[in-house]
Amino acid sequence: MSNTPATPTPSPSPSASEKLLQRAAPDRVEFEDLVIVPIFAVIVALVLGALTMLATNVSLPTIGLSYIALIQGSVGSLNALSETLTAAAPLILAGLGIALGFRAGLFNIGAEGQLLIGGMASVIVGFSLPDLPMIIHLPLALLAGALAGGLYAAIAGWLRAATGAHEVISTIMLNLIAFRLVDYLLRLPIIQKTGRADPISKSVLDSAELPRLLEWIDPNLRVHAGIILVLAAVFLVHWILFKSTIGFEFRASGENPDAARYAGMRSGLIIVLVMAFAGALAGLAGANQVLGVLDRVTPGFSAGIGFNAIAVALLGRSHPVGVLLAGLLFGALEAGGRQMQVSAGVSIDLIAIIQALIIVFIAAPLLVRKLFPWGFQRTDKSSRSKTP
Amino acid sequence: MTALRTSILASMVGAAMAVASPVTAQDFSACQVTDTGGIDDNSFNQTAWKGVEDAEAQLGIKGRFLESQAETDYEANINSLLGGDCDIIITVGFLLGDATKTAAEANPDQKFSIVDFAYDPPVSNILGQVYATDEAAFLAGYLAAGMTKTGVLGTFGGINIPPVTIFMDGFYRGATYYNAQNGTNVTVLGWNPDSREGLFTNNFDSLDDGRAFAQNLYDEEADIILPVAGPVGLGSAALADELGPEKLKIIGVDADLYATDPENGHVYLTSITKRMDATVLEVIKETMDGDFEGGVVVGTLANNGVDMAPFHDMEDLVPDALKQELETIRQGIIDGKIDVKS
Repeated sequence: MSNTPATPTPSPSPSASEKLLQRAAPDRVEFEDLVIVPIFAVIVALVLGALTMLATNVSLPTIGLSYIALIQGSVGSLNALSETLTAAAPLILAGLGIALGFRAGLFNIGAEGQLLIGGMASVIVGFSLPDLPMIIHLPLALLAGALAGGLYAAIAGWLRAATGAHEVISTIMLNLIAFRLVDYLLRLPIIQKTGRADPISKSVLDSAELPRLLEWIDPNLRVHAGIILVLAAVFLVHWILFKSTIGFEFRASGENPDAARYAGMRSGLIIVLVMAFAGALAGLAGANQVLGVLDRVTPGFSAGIGFNAIAVALLGRSHPVGVLLAGLLFGALEAGGRQMQVSAGVSIDLIAIIQALIIVFIAAPLLVRKLFPWGFQRTDKSSRSKTP
Repeated sequence: MTALRTSILASMVGAAMAVASPVTAQDFSACQVTDTGGIDDNSFNQTAWKGVEDAEAQLGIKGRFLESQAETDYEANINSLLGGDCDIIITVGFLLGDATKTAAEANPDQKFSIVDFAYDPPVSNILGQVYATDEAAFLAGYLAAGMTKTGVLGTFGGINIPPVTIFMDGFYRGATYYNAQNGTNVTVLGWNPDSREGLFTNNFDSLDDGRAFAQNLYDEEADIILPVAGPVGLGSAALADELGPEKLKIIGVDADLYATDPENGHVYLTSITKRMDATVLEVIKETMDGDFEGGVVVGTLANNGVDMAPFHDMEDLVPDALKQELETIRQGIIDGKIDVKS
């Protein structure tokens, strides 16, 4: 029972109800849904993005230039790659947490709040304990972020398990509380940077900073050790979900809570555990930002990462590897979007539109299938034969 | 702020800059990183960007900008402008202070200039642009105290940082000065210059907050409100537009909002202008001429770096006597006879 591998059983001609089931039960995702739909979604979104630019009086050469800039700014140079990875890291971490929740049937909107609380905890550990060697201080600061995020999310899990309060509502409310709590904490003299009246924390000590990996090449390359953390998290989540007993219980209660309960799984405990895991990952995302990028906490430091991570998890079809790829795509869009502004002078808001379009098309796979029937007919057969 | 004044640099900034001869300028490029709120905020970022636009028109340089959408963007945005394409990188806003310093120290050959921040000690490749906004705000406070019918003025800020609170300081002290001169008892809600506490939206982009904060102050009887939060104040102006300017007037900040926000132009009593466009243009010019030097430029009433905008539609509402007093006070501030800091 414990080591059930998640191999989808492809049926030759899925009926409508089976198709629905496939979407509801995300571990039966197929190659098509995981790869073809996102690729077409991106293409459609880019085309529609170009049309949007046309509609706002951007000339054709500028549109071409801006898409070239998008590629250059995301993968076109070492610096671009470094920026893509830097932007992707927190999205992947928080996205993994949300994906874990999806697998267990929990819609966790609270990553933003968990990220704030986690970042806050790790900054406090990061600036307070001086004279610690890095090998102790850095893990401690990361752990603080994960623990705080996990505990904060566990509140919503406990509310769901104990009282039935829906986690969507409670996590949204916990987000608001987290925002204000961070505002408040940042004004406390022990946390606030000395000499400042605005909410800003003291800076993280060097011994707790995630070291920059490529500083020896160019000091402006920002990619930091957080990316290693991300890879470790992808493996860990994959292992938990697909190789461990607890992960099987997560997925079982996600697919059919009643069946899981009748099979003897403690559904309340599972809900709390899933939320705690998810919150720990979001908290790590916050720690990653604070210890690797920002060095300090300000009220806006979460920057909507917790919400974008929901899109990343959806785009990645709640699969750890999918989340990794989706996070990289979003990171690339962010880094490339900056370059679009610099070299083509196109507004950064356009990138937001393209991102939103991608999400819309991915969330509606049937629409994409309708738009590109030929694409799916062909890949249908070839992918079937490739899938184990 | 006072300490900064000691290192005043630069021959100052004329309001109307003479059209300069086109130097070998086609290759000169000035790059700007905005704060959150956007390049088209009708206020803070837009005014600073206008300096680059003016330089494009008058000096023939190339200008580029990058908008910051969140505080996490500052460093990334500055970094993406590095690499030699920009002759000067201008960062706009106090909150970019740390990111600018980090980038300047890592890239000692790149010239930087930052609006609203002065480094102590100065950094050799950053020229700070700061403004004695309290001088103009003092005038606006005096004017508002003379114009209020309820005897209550209101103000709120974006974030509790010096470039914001300096407006509120001057406004408060101007109103207090009016009380002392005329034996009135006008109160200012939203800011206490002694405890350094007051009303803050904690952001520079929510127009809804601007509306809600103005509504709260209006409910407390304030009939003239000074929002110091960039585009947030546009929300307050929208409320004043609905209530009617006879019930609620707004004092704009940074730019002359009568001109930049024409839809609600009739609700602005005046604006406290902070001529970031003029100082940015001046900095670009100096850099082109090879006169760039790290340090601080300070905009004051005396050099037109800060000022109070015309009353426009409300010209006839302001009594002539009050206008005269304002003129006297302006001269007093310039001559140093009136201390706006107490």
